[in-house]
Amino acid sequence: MTPVVAATGVRVRLGGSVILHHIDLTVEAGEVVALLGANGSGKSTLVRSLVGALPTEAGRIELFGTQLGPQVPWQRIGYVPQRVTAATGVPATAGEVVMSGTLHSRRLLRPRDARRRALEALGTVGLGSAVDRPVRELSGGQQQRVLIARALVRNPDLLVLDEPVAGVDLPSQRVFAEVLSTLTARGVTVLVVLHELGALSPLIQRAVVLRHGAVAHDGAPPRPRPEHAGPEHEHLHPHDGDDGPQDSATVLPTTIGWES
Amino acid sequence: MIWDELGSMLSDPLMQRALLAALLVGLSAPVIGTYLVQRKLSLLGDGIGHVALTGVALGWLVGSLMNLTPKDVLAIPGAVIAAVIGSLAIELVRERGKTSGDVALALLFYGGIAGGVLLISQAGGTSASLMGYLFGSISTVSRGDLWLTLVLTGLVLTVGVGLRTALFSVSHDEEFARASGLPVRALNIAIAIIAALTVTVAMRVVGLLLVSALMIVPVAIAQLMTGSFRRTMAVAMAIGVTVCVTGLSITYWADATPGATIVVLAITIYAVVAVGRSLLAARAIRRRGRPDPHPEVGDDVQLTEAERAVASPAREPGGR
Repeated sequence: MTPVVAATGVRVRLGGSVILHHIDLTVEAGEVVALLGANGSGKSTLVRSLVGALPTEAGRIELFGTQLGPQVPWQRIGYVPQRVTAATGVPATAGEVVMSGTLHSRRLLRPRDARRRALEALGTVGLGSAVDRPVRELSGGQQQRVLIARALVRNPDLLVLDEPVAGVDLPSQRVFAEVLSTLTARGVTVLVVLHELGALSPLIQRAVVLRHGAVAHDGAPPRPRPEHAGPEHEHLHPHDGDDGPQDSATVLPTTIGWES
Repeated sequence: MIWDELGSMLSDPLMQRALLAALLVGLSAPVIGTYLVQRKLSLLGDGIGHVALTGVALGWLVGSLMNLTPKDVLAIPGAVIAAVIGSLAIELVRERGKTSGDVALALLFYGGIAGGVLLISQAGGTSASLMGYLFGSISTVSRGDLWLTLVLTGLVLTVGVGLRTALFSVSHDEEFARASGLPVRALNIAIAIIAALTVTVAMRVVGLLLVSALMIVPVAIAQLMTGSFRRTMAVAMAIGVTVCVTGLSITYWADATPGATIVVLAITIYAVVAVGRSLLAARAIRRRGRPDPHPEVGDDVQLTEAERAVASPAREPGGR
């Protein structure tokens, strides 16, 4: 069977420096793969190149067996970029942002049932009632959920997410974990960039760890470094706040140990 | 009495053409303005306008070299070509991301004005010859100008309104648009070209120096009143038409420059709406109490009663 993502020898240069080199990555249909690594190891750059948002210098990237380009079945791919906010200069409602996800390379006009699909996607992430609310009035976590709904609105077979839970409030993190387990149960392939496995660790089947722009590990999700996992280890997360006792199962911070 | 006055204004063929041109421009300028505001390129119209001035002078120069009469017959084609080239140049610079869009715009501003003044003196004109283009000359709109305006407006509306979901997508989140396989570059170029065409269409009405105001100010007013993209665009178009037609009508009776009157009118509306909105908000607060700006989400830190008591006066509510 054709792999969903097949990258060989990928090399990416940004602003004169090589950010990624000799990247080989294959994701089979139905797999849930986490892309881990310290800040600056090239995780975001890799997923952005995989979905064609960044140009590659060398190597070959195939999605669903088609080389990156207009021929790729883009309607089967949902991408959630790393964002602090979904709001821009002109006000837009959550529904409008989600409806922009109904377009792809073979569809430049909004489909007739766009609004119904947007409502459905927003309902999946628990924001069905916010469809006509301006995005700028939503919280950071809710805005992130709007961006997830924008990726879900086209019923993707491959979901690519860049740090979807970074800086997101706990209710949004929980909603996100639930949505992801429903999707993976349906056989959706997931490639997710994470800083820590956290709430998603039960779902992750395989982890790819990047270090200095190359793959350092590809296989079972790694165990956290002892000094990070111990109960006495103090985690300072700028956004997550404390781990409340009743929440320890959902946000157990299992940072893997590649900080240099 | 007032009906007689209006009747005589509407039966004046010169005024008929001018009003029609103002209506078309008021309708089309805010469409592209909405996308420019969304990509935080509000000043792009100004940059294109300045470059178009060089185009006007270049057309003039070519016209006088070819001994055409009148000398400025090529001025508008020159402006269209220069504006399209200028806006494509800005788009390229923006896409490469090497120079910040801000600096690129500044270079265009200065280069455009200086080039225009330099070329017009070569063509045997003076800077005064450029005044009609800088500040508009709607009272001299000819039948041919009107047809050109009609065609360009049709093009701007077809692309700007017809492709609005796709143009919204690239303006809202270019990275996501790329990851959807949308033809991002083609759409960006479409925005740049319709911006250039809008500038040259609006040039006759308000002049190159004030073109951008007609694109941006109606959008700024609409933003104050709506929360959705679609409605912002629709309200901005309605405001654009209203200020253009009203402003022009005022100058039928009062001795004032149409372009400046239209822009001052638009900015006055902005001020009135902004003040009115804050008054309404203040009244709502008096009635219902100040709303908590922080959304209702569970706290992600646990505080004991003692901590809460100590920290509450100084602590900012709302977690993040």
